[in-house]
Amino acid sequence: MMGEWVILWTDALIFILVFFSIAFGYYAAGKEHLRGPWRLVVRSRVGVSTLVILSFYVIVGLLDSIHFHPLLPSKDQAGQQTQSAEVISLFDHLVTPLRVRQEKTYSAPLATHLYAKENIELASGEVIRDYPRLTYGGAHLQHPDQEWSRDIWRLTGIGVLKGLLVSVVVTNILIALLAGRWKTSFGAVAKVLIKEQTTVPWRVLLATLSSVILVLFWCVELSSHYHILGTDKVGEDVFYQALKSIRTGLLIGTLTTLVMLPAAILLGIMAGYFRGWVDDVIQYTYTTLNSIPGVLLIAAAILMLQIYMSNHADEFNSLVERADLRLLFLCIILGVTSWTGLCRLLRGEAMKLREADYVQAAVAFGVGHFTIIVRHILPNVLHIVLITVVLDFSGLVLAEAVLSYVNIGVDPTMNSWGNMINSARLEMAREPVVWWSLLASMLFMFILVLSANLFSDVVRDAFDPRLRSSR
Amino acid sequence: MIAYIIRRMFYAIPILLGVNILTFVLFFVVNSPDDMARMHLGMKRVTPEAIENWKSERGYDKPLLFNASSQGVGQLTDTIFFNKSLKLFQFDFGSSDSGRDIGYDISQRMWPSLAIAIPVLVIGLMVNITYALLIAFFRATYIDIWSVVLCVVMMSISGLFYIIGGQYLVSKLLHLVPISGYDTGLSAIKFLILPVVIGVVGGIGAGTRWYRTLFLEEINRDYVRTARAKGLSEGVVLFRHVLKNAMIPILTGVVVVLPLLFMGSLITESFFGIPGLGSYTIDAISQQDFAIVRAMVFLGSVLYILGLLLTDISYTLVDPRVRLS
Repeated sequence: MMGEWVILWTDALIFILVFFSIAFGYYAAGKEHLRGPWRLVVRSRVGVSTLVILSFYVIVGLLDSIHFHPLLPSKDQAGQQTQSAEVISLFDHLVTPLRVRQEKTYSAPLATHLYAKENIELASGEVIRDYPRLTYGGAHLQHPDQEWSRDIWRLTGIGVLKGLLVSVVVTNILIALLAGRWKTSFGAVAKVLIKEQTTVPWRVLLATLSSVILVLFWCVELSSHYHILGTDKVGEDVFYQALKSIRTGLLIGTLTTLVMLPAAILLGIMAGYFRGWVDDVIQYTYTTLNSIPGVLLIAAAILMLQIYMSNHADEFNSLVERADLRLLFLCIILGVTSWTGLCRLLRGEAMKLREADYVQAAVAFGVGHFTIIVRHILPNVLHIVLITVVLDFSGLVLAEAVLSYVNIGVDPTMNSWGNMINSARLEMAREPVVWWSLLASMLFMFILVLSANLFSDVVRDAFDPRLRSSR
Repeated sequence: MIAYIIRRMFYAIPILLGVNILTFVLFFVVNSPDDMARMHLGMKRVTPEAIENWKSERGYDKPLLFNASSQGVGQLTDTIFFNKSLKLFQFDFGSSDSGRDIGYDISQRMWPSLAIAIPVLVIGLMVNITYALLIAFFRATYIDIWSVVLCVVMMSISGLFYIIGGQYLVSKLLHLVPISGYDTGLSAIKFLILPVVIGVVGGIGAGTRWYRTLFLEEINRDYVRTARAKGLSEGVVLFRHVLKNAMIPILTGVVVVLPLLFMGSLITESFFGIPGLGSYTIDAISQQDFAIVRAMVFLGSVLYILGLLLTDISYTLVDPRVRLS
């Protein structure tokens, strides 16, 4: 089913980011001062449960970042399979039913009928005005009025049962693995786990994981016959849109920091280490950038990008590529407005470190500036970088929604929670109210931001030595 | 003191010049005025005459930096950079792309923005500080834990949700106040209640949490222990000692945003249809009126720098340990 692979700009960057994270993980595993805090993170209950939820989001986001041209079922004259011009992701491919089952227009969550009345021609030739049946939602029901609630319960039951089965299997595998590692019996491990006498809170981890699996299977089961979060104006499944928006949210939250990190680290350390005119120039640069209100700078930059794009429309191969470049540009410009805080922090820290004895000793030995920065200063400010990256994430996800609402966020054709909220603004004024788009985007965004906030608190507490010593 | 203020104001000049050059590059060099004209007049079937016309009406037909056809000083002053960018320093904002006087618009629209921003700031401050003091009083109990959880949850909800949800609940279902709009004088109050309440509620999460940290930091200090040791009640300790000392970071945090209150809130104002500077900016962005966006960028920077200056001054006023140097 897969044709030629397509690597979008943001895809490439996101995989570079994954690569760096893994490399950093390897590096940190060998350094006690970096491994210790992470151990504290995974020993905290809040830490592990939010980590499970966040990794679910990350998996969806990563699956959604592998793009290709799908193959068409038809073959051309030479007997070769032809590929479609559209670009879809691996995630799209996995949830193909959600993607292709389009209704005519709005329909409520789990509905069997459309939201608005239409003229329906009966078999007898008579025309009545009623709510028409959906093409896909609950299409297997003969008499929706009587069977609907029973069917929902039946599907819920099947979904929960499947979910329970999978969670039990996962739990058993985990206990078996732990038993192998701790060299004790299966029963002993299970007992310790249930009483929660382990250093890593496995019970909390398993509980969270099982809940996620349960909800997942329940959604899969229901969405195979219904639109669980309804459909939007053009009949697209809202649940699918909300899932697709995960990638946009994650990209904004992570790529922005990735883009700004090199500049912030380099300039911040240089300003603090060299002082003098280097410090003056760098301080001037970030004060100037900082003094422009962020929203206005973003607005000005996006306006300019829009002009550029409409004047050079022929440079973009497809809508997806265009939207992707705009997203990348948005990340860059958000990075430009947000690197100053980290830069200032690093400057102060580098200023402190350059007076430290070991740096002074290195200077006395005649070690070069570059080596001192890489060997002595950089490793000692990494925890600040990490805390900032994690703390900034949730703010950026929320900012995306606001920016998209003002039309200076991601491309209007791109799936994002901001765009969903933007359209929901008009839907709320309808009668009856179309609330499901708003609810879906808010729910998905809320869970992500809440987990990120809680997780970042745990990470900050673990990495900030000042806080740790005071407890 | 006055010498210090004057010196600080001189520091501001290179920064404002930097902002000026940055906006100039962004608005005139990245895209030429021709591009802007084409964007405004529509892409298709636009004649060169129409573009020239559009540019000369708005004064964009001059050279960017150097005018070779003029005489003497005119070579430098008869340019886009001088007329459109440097004139901002005199707060001469010129006219918008649709021909309105920006300076006049700003002076008119400033008041509705302030009518929302000031109550939100003052009430929000009082609510947050009261709540944070309460949490500090009950620190390390269930009240503390659940309050922090509540704050994190409230922080995690998008501000848009508060606005949309509040409008739907209060205005559409309960019909307590109008959904949006504005009026002059006292009758504006019924339009202002909801945005102010929503602004306050939306800020509780982050604000309270921040103040709680400040209070808890102070509560572990030695002078607090001394105060307790000499037999003062917990309430007196909190109000007279902790609050007073925590006021320094609170005050400076407030002072830095004071000038920016003029800019208004983009989202709130556009949702509630309030004719302030925030909605002015939003309209300019959606109508792609570059002159207004440029003026607002400059105004925002001036106000931000003013905020920094006021912060430095207020530090010296409330904290005698800080000396001007």
